[in-house]
Amino acid sequence: MRYLPLTADDRAEMLKTIGAGSIDELFADVPEQARLSDAIAGLPNHQGEMAVQRHMEALAGRNLAAGCAPFFCGAGAYRHHVPASVDHLIQRSEFLTAYTPYQPEISQGTLQTLFEFQTQVAALTGMGVANASMYDGSTACAEAALMACRVTRRARVVLAPGLHPHYAAATQTLLQHQGVEVVQADPAIGADGEASALVDDQTACVIVQNPNLFGGLVDLRPLAEDAHAKGALLVAIVTEVVSLGLVESPGAMGADIVAAEGQSLGVGLNFGGPHVGLFATREDMKFVRQMPGRLAGETVDADGERGYVLTLSTREQHIRRDKATSNICTNSGLCALAWTIHMSLLGEKGLERLARLNHERACDLAERLETISGVELLTPSFFNEFSLKLNKPAADIVSKLAADGILAGVPASRLLPGKGFDDVLIIAATETNTDEDCERLAESLEGALS
Amino acid sequence: MTMNTIGRPTAPDANAGASVSEETFSGSKGLAQAEPLIFERGRTDVTGVDLPAPSGRADRLGGLKRQKSCGLPGLAEPEALRHYVRLSQKNYAIDLGLYPLGSCTMKHNPRLNERVARLPGFADVHPLQPEETVQGALAVMDELAHWLTTLTGMPAVALSPKAGAHGELCGMLAIRAALDARGETKRRRVLVPDSAHGTNPATAVQCGFTVEEIGHTADGRVDLDDLKSKLGDDLAGIMLTNPSTCGLFEREIIQIADLIHEAGGYFYCDGANFNAIMGRVRPGDLGVDAMHINLHKTFSTPHGGGGPGAGPTVFSEALAPYAPLPRVTRGADGALQFIEEDDDAEGAPFGRLCAFHGQMGMFTRALTYMLSHGADGLRQAAEDAVLNANYLLARLRHVMTPAFEGTCMHEALFDDRFLKGTGVETLDFAKAMIDEGYHPMTMYFPLVVHGALLIEPTETESKQGLDRFADTLIDLAEGAKAGDAARFKSAPRFAPMKRLDETQAARKPVLAWRPAGAETAQS
Amino acid sequence: MTTYYSKEHEWIRVEGDIGVVGITKYAADKLGDVVYAELPATGKAAEKDGVIAVVESVKAASEVYAPVNGEVTEANDALADAPEKVNEDPEGEGWFFKMSLADSGELSGLMDEAAYKEFIAGLD
Repeated sequence: MRYLPLTADDRAEMLKTIGAGSIDELFADVPEQARLSDAIAGLPNHQGEMAVQRHMEALAGRNLAAGCAPFFCGAGAYRHHVPASVDHLIQRSEFLTAYTPYQPEISQGTLQTLFEFQTQVAALTGMGVANASMYDGSTACAEAALMACRVTRRARVVLAPGLHPHYAAATQTLLQHQGVEVVQADPAIGADGEASALVDDQTACVIVQNPNLFGGLVDLRPLAEDAHAKGALLVAIVTEVVSLGLVESPGAMGADIVAAEGQSLGVGLNFGGPHVGLFATREDMKFVRQMPGRLAGETVDADGERGYVLTLSTREQHIRRDKATSNICTNSGLCALAWTIHMSLLGEKGLERLARLNHERACDLAERLETISGVELLTPSFFNEFSLKLNKPAADIVSKLAADGILAGVPASRLLPGKGFDDVLIIAATETNTDEDCERLAESLEGALS
Repeated sequence: MTMNTIGRPTAPDANAGASVSEETFSGSKGLAQAEPLIFERGRTDVTGVDLPAPSGRADRLGGLKRQKSCGLPGLAEPEALRHYVRLSQKNYAIDLGLYPLGSCTMKHNPRLNERVARLPGFADVHPLQPEETVQGALAVMDELAHWLTTLTGMPAVALSPKAGAHGELCGMLAIRAALDARGETKRRRVLVPDSAHGTNPATAVQCGFTVEEIGHTADGRVDLDDLKSKLGDDLAGIMLTNPSTCGLFEREIIQIADLIHEAGGYFYCDGANFNAIMGRVRPGDLGVDAMHINLHKTFSTPHGGGGPGAGPTVFSEALAPYAPLPRVTRGADGALQFIEEDDDAEGAPFGRLCAFHGQMGMFTRALTYMLSHGADGLRQAAEDAVLNANYLLARLRHVMTPAFEGTCMHEALFDDRFLKGTGVETLDFAKAMIDEGYHPMTMYFPLVVHGALLIEPTETESKQGLDRFADTLIDLAEGAKAGDAARFKSAPRFAPMKRLDETQAARKPVLAWRPAGAETAQS
Repeated sequence: MTTYYSKEHEWIRVEGDIGVVGITKYAADKLGDVVYAELPATGKAAEKDGVIAVVESVKAASEVYAPVNGEVTEANDALADAPEKVNEDPEGEGWFFKMSLADSGELSGLMDEAAYKEFIAGLD
């Protein structure tokens, strides 16, 4: 077995040093009725690289990769070009095969990149402080709700009607046994502002996504004002971080906590995971001390040299145990690294250009598709994603176009089954779409709807 | 002869540089390059990504165009490469040397797994594509589920948990849902051994349970009498790590499972240490109701400096109906499909843990790892992991002090009695290991052992490597006992940094870079 | 002015009808470098032996219990910027909060300095 360096002679010699007659003696504490005498049945034996790769390639070949089709899916995961150097750098052994930086003297690579990541996330979201990342956007959303409850000492959370249903579900799941009431507005297009009406003086926060599930842009300012007037916090969710290159930041619009999905930069689609959750809050220690997740902070070493450590860890489970702010033990380190490398390559200038390209592409596509009979644009303002009302069930149209090798978008019914959105198609356009892709989509959609 | 006019010396002068300062002008020291923050190096008008020029329209933003720049600098590609390569060289890594962090299972990460995970058919696929276009991805999940259920002897698995702690949450939420379905509103108390990882009590509380600690015996196992005295009709269950964080197999585990079940509770097993027993013991045969598996430990998906991980959770018949969404099933037409909504036909799922379907990038790596090892190789890996740990225990037991008598499983636990009176503490010992080129073992955990040193070598270390490591630790232990405290107190001397001031970092938190003169976080 | 000590290592110094509360030097030394103290708000009811504050070092978080019943009248805001005072001067500038006493008779259930010294001598 190519990954196991011990030889039969090594094993025999080592058993002798231990003073054991056989390997079985080392498993003597296992109750006799639970000992397996041989390899488990029903599973194949070991194979070489070639055979395993062949098997996995065959499975990969049964998927239609986004790069092999005109591709317009979004709804929480977006396809963007990732520079070649990103994937090269994250495969450096020293990043890829390191553990959590518990020994800061030999983990400055990880710690400094996390400190840079935190600074970038804070700047981009318009907030003061960000953590070292969360599992993904949806779990960051759920943790933001809990944090708002701790900061305000209240136990009621309002979810706006344009929040991604998976984010809403993950939040419900985490909060269901913590004595928190979750009030969910019925899903609706362009109605996020109405969430304010659900906020009362017992509400910890209102959670609003921008751009929302349907791609529509939401002015967070009135929501923030209304929430703050009731003593509640505004939690802003961003599932497409590229939008922050062109759209006003949540911080500038009054958000108290931002939870975002960072997958668009550096990470890729990965069939939904791993992704990377971004988490930021106001520069106020009252908030920072209630933040979940890891934090890298600046300090000095014994020689007075600047360096970085994990800090404020008394919030975390390994110290607080049953009183921790969260049970989270890990972040999404390597994805955060990919994110920060991509962001560093782009810089503000590159990000803005990227965002403009996305917005233009989506504007042009929406206007082209609007000309098709049986199509109505439901989201007047948007970033790179918009929703169409079709004259036929969107799921059927998506299946039909998939059979022609076109991934036309996400039918809203996939996320909101039985909620009256059967005729709604959510379409995302990014810099990766060519003019030809867009025209093929338009022509096929026209054909399918007529 | 012709004269040598070049005159370059070809042998070093042994007497040169005897009294020269260790400092350099540039701050770099040979290959150890000093590297500032990107904010000190980059400029906002630079970008390392060439993109076509936009046409200039931004007319559908509904008045929400960004008004203020975010001030983030960019780096040209060569600058970026240098920045990150230089930083990478300040990290320790498995690929550099033994990484004996107990309970973390830092084993070799096969590169075939990386190649497979990057196949466009896996990496460049959207989670909400029509199911007919992702049959291969569903097949990966189905095959992985088959391996995990077969290896554990458990009938069901939820793949979506994104990390070990997320898997704990998954398992405990299923237990809570099962209790609620039984109308057991009183059962809210969860037993957790004092040696448990901190995530266990934190998770139980997130599920609305209270935590009661149970003690341990002199041989490091769960104190059965203490456990028996804490059963009752308000018991929800137990969270037990097996093999334990002390590196020991709970001999009475079947009896513990029976006691918990007879008392009306469920048995959650923390599977962090499954690496020690895979292929030799099936948790299903021990009476386990739910157990998470850290794919990033046992099945070698890379730790990546702290994630991403994956924590699929297996379930017994009793808990399977409550497993979360989504699930993968095979339809009547033979095609694989997701069940993403609670349709009442497939049990009573407690909900959804996260967006989409889980860590696909970890599933492909873990499945590749399993196929490479096969049933025979996984069993051999567990045996070698246990053999390596016991070999270190045997070689070190005379100079260091094992916390408990007898053999261990995959990790060897020592306490700090061997350092008593030397002036050297566990932390100093660990830092001195850095100077010797090793990453320290897990320190001060589990909490039940004073000054704990927990060593997990894993199966991917050679005997020569283990011997060198053991010789080094013996030399350190003997050095400490011989009174050479300076070697420890000043350590690390040869790392990229000296010991860092964690007190200052926590008292005056600086959590983001600010231009000189800008305010930092307010209290 | 008399100072009383609890078995949980809090001290309370009675100044008129107000008690000043903090943690003892022994506790501060055991905790290590204090980095943060979470103090109660003015007006908060202090319940004898109930959790009233939290004190954190880099590696530990400990709960502070109210030594007697009463109500918090003032918190030591200076600790926010200078938590090191808890280590430097635990029974002086490192005080946590002041409280009114519901029943000064409860003080007799606490230890005096000599008794506390004897108590901690038995702990190590």
